[in-house]
Amino acid sequence: MKAAVVVFPGSNCDRDLATALRVAGAEVAMVWHKDTALPAGTDLVGLPGGFSFGDYLRCGAIAARAPICAAVAEHAARGGYVLGICNGFQVLTETGLLPGALMRNRALKYICRTVPLTVATADSAFTAGYASGARIALPIAHHDGSYAADPDTLARLTGEGRVAFAYDDNPNGSVADIAGILSDNRRVLGMMPHPERAADPAHGNTDGARLFAGLVETLAAAPA
Amino acid sequence: MKARVEVMLKDGVLDPQGEAVRHALGAMGFAGVDGVRQGKLIELDLADGDPAAAEAQIREMCEKLLANTVIESYRILVDAG
Repeated sequence: MKAAVVVFPGSNCDRDLATALRVAGAEVAMVWHKDTALPAGTDLVGLPGGFSFGDYLRCGAIAARAPICAAVAEHAARGGYVLGICNGFQVLTETGLLPGALMRNRALKYICRTVPLTVATADSAFTAGYASGARIALPIAHHDGSYAADPDTLARLTGEGRVAFAYDDNPNGSVADIAGILSDNRRVLGMMPHPERAADPAHGNTDGARLFAGLVETLAAAPA
Repeated sequence: MKARVEVMLKDGVLDPQGEAVRHALGAMGFAGVDGVRQGKLIELDLADGDPAAAEAQIREMCEKLLANTVIESYRILVDAG
């Protein structure tokens, strides 16, 4: 399975994400935001956490207009897989690859702690390593993670089982406790929690490792 | 030619920063402030030209970058003087 991790100015979880994917068995290339094409044969694009372009204007807004994002959109349109974590999720909503928006946390505070989550669906390559309804814990670290969507979008997300992860104890005001959502073809996942920061025994938590293991296993078995 | 773009959260979208400002004003003794909404003001310094064409171009800028129309609305003010 071939993965490409995009690096924007201000990304800071890019190498953590690459490490988690490599440990799970993926072949990983790093891609610069000014590149206009993904490496040939890319199965999965990873959009990492961080503060791309200093979060200027809106989180993820300027990154979403970077040259590489046109290639990421084409990859997604071809049915390619995309994983956006934290700032990567914000980039995905700003590009329109996922619906809704991430807004300032309800309590206006930057939150950095491990939070309990429920895996709301196992029906995706990203969540195939978990049981549906599994209770896990992952770190969050964001100031703008309050997921917002209009009622029609929300009804579609919940009706189609596209909420991938839900907060057990909503920390940021996200509508319907949403922590992560899937695209309609279930091949694009955006999530605020950081599975790559809970993927090694040295992290003190390995709940995120199954996301990468399940993803690599699923994609290796049935290449897009 | 100068132009200004006002970007505001759409009506109905909760603005926690505006709410915090409203609470602070109340705590300072300013009575009767029923609501506060906080937005952004973007000033553009444009090459002189046709104001109508400039407005059309700014509208495109708003749709593509300056505003996130999922949650924000915008207003364009072109100062031809």
